[in-house]
Amino acid sequence: MSELKKIYGLWYLEILRYWREKSRIISSLIMPLLWLLVFGGGMRGLQLDSTQNYQTFMFPGILGMTLLFSSVWSGISVIWDREFGFLKEILVAPVSRASIVIGKALGSGTSALIQGAILLPLAFLVGVHLSLLSAVTILPIMILIAIGLVCIGLLIASIITSMEGFNFIMSLVIMPLFFTSGALFPMTSAPGWLRTFSYVNPLTYGVDALRWATFGENLILPVQFEIMILLAFAAGMIAACSYAFNIRK
Amino acid sequence: MKAKSAIETRELTKKYGDLVAVDHLSLSIGYGEVFGLLGPNGAGKTTAISMLCTIVNSTSGSAQVNGFDILKQPAQVRKSIGIVFQDPSIDNRLSGRENLRLHACLYDMPSALTRKRIMEVLQLVGLEDRADDRMKFYSGGMRRRLELARGLLHSPKVLFLDEPTLGLDPQTREHIWAYIENLAKEAQITIVLTTHYMEEAERLCSRVAIIDYGKIKVVDTPDNLKSTLKGDVISISSAQPEKLASKLTKLKVAPETDFSDGTVRLTVPDAEKLIPRLIEIATEIGVQVNSVSVHKPTLNDVFLHYTGREIRADEPESPLKMHMMMMRRK
Repeated sequence: MSELKKIYGLWYLEILRYWREKSRIISSLIMPLLWLLVFGGGMRGLQLDSTQNYQTFMFPGILGMTLLFSSVWSGISVIWDREFGFLKEILVAPVSRASIVIGKALGSGTSALIQGAILLPLAFLVGVHLSLLSAVTILPIMILIAIGLVCIGLLIASIITSMEGFNFIMSLVIMPLFFTSGALFPMTSAPGWLRTFSYVNPLTYGVDALRWATFGENLILPVQFEIMILLAFAAGMIAACSYAFNIRK
Repeated sequence: MKAKSAIETRELTKKYGDLVAVDHLSLSIGYGEVFGLLGPNGAGKTTAISMLCTIVNSTSGSAQVNGFDILKQPAQVRKSIGIVFQDPSIDNRLSGRENLRLHACLYDMPSALTRKRIMEVLQLVGLEDRADDRMKFYSGGMRRRLELARGLLHSPKVLFLDEPTLGLDPQTREHIWAYIENLAKEAQITIVLTTHYMEEAERLCSRVAIIDYGKIKVVDTPDNLKSTLKGDVISISSAQPEKLASKLTKLKVAPETDFSDGTVRLTVPDAEKLIPRLIEIATEIGVQVNSVSVHKPTLNDVFLHYTGREIRADEPESPLKMHMMMMRRK
């Protein structure tokens, strides 16, 4: 399958780029650590139930947040490729637009996954006891979440043309997705209007599925439905991005 | 099915709102030609090439590349062509070889062939020794050479070069020209290049199309174009060029009188004999002549003749591109 080889090439490109930017790897770990240790540490006294304090509660949420930031960012970074011309090299090659999107999404998804995987061993710091089985279950869920999120970034990149709109996207897209995802507090006890936002936010189901993989129980839907929602979201976003990339101006 | 010509366009047009970037372009370029699109920045050269490379959609008209329709068979067109873009299009974080490998992957080249071709193209552009260095450590000329190597890697039928030596120093330009000449001779490849450097078009192209405001003014070999000017070119620089030009036009001293940038140019069969008369006329109307020169017509004169203005390099469009060009100039 020649398209598979092309997807592999684009995936490999993303991994190489990720690996060569060590400073990015380190700096992107600082934010989740601040949330977990400082914010979580401050809120630790909040005992949610007999088994969980706030810090353990937020651990899957922070995994979701790490995926959100690094994936959406990675998708948006296509603006850079476009500005510096590298995107042209890919667009002029005999590669289907869907393969370009899938290759990019898998590559960025993998780097987001590595990012998240680095955080997993730190679970013990906040009192989460991860079994090997939960760690292995968490990884595929993370890559599934990351794929959909990368595509959000890619779609944004196809709409805005320069990095100047970045702050706007941060406050209009990324932060709302974060705050309504149930990463920081259980949505089940939130007011109705907030719950509505939360239920249309795909990251809600991602965070909840991660919660299931971490603690063996979750809050919103049976986990198989959540996985289906995430699958449908990833597939729909890949289709939307392929369409957006196919528009030749 | 083998097409008769490598590139065939009919009334190819691209509009951006009211602006007509490419205006009913009809061209036929044969296999093995080195064809030049010569025109100032903003003349529509890059837009024309972008349409032929299937990265920009045409507004109307049609075109075939290697026998494939650019709108209906974009995948086949993409397989048939290689391109070196005007702006840099490599990833600086990767080594030269990695950039080439990615390219081979995207063009679905078998791995044995990939290894062989990477060796060949690196040799062609003289970068074997530096292939494994990250490209951020390359000079501007080396990057350009690697882009050229990459454009050739998958053995395309048609190679597009969009301003191949823009922003390069004269020595590097000379190198790139030598590679292109060598290629045209040995590789049996059709080359379409855009340029606003007259010397580049004269040196490399078997045929040249002069393009201005999206329209083709004339297409011919550089020699034929120059001989259409019939004679030598006299350039007169003076304090009041307008006054002098209008007087000379009125007196019909030459079949052709152009005036631009403070210089009056006459194309005449017998230049040396006319000069004293010109000085006389200038003195009569009280215009002081600073200098007079006579030269054989160049493509620059041809361009002037067809467009009424001199070709000139404009500033790059965006600050970012300018920045990239400065990096390239290093």
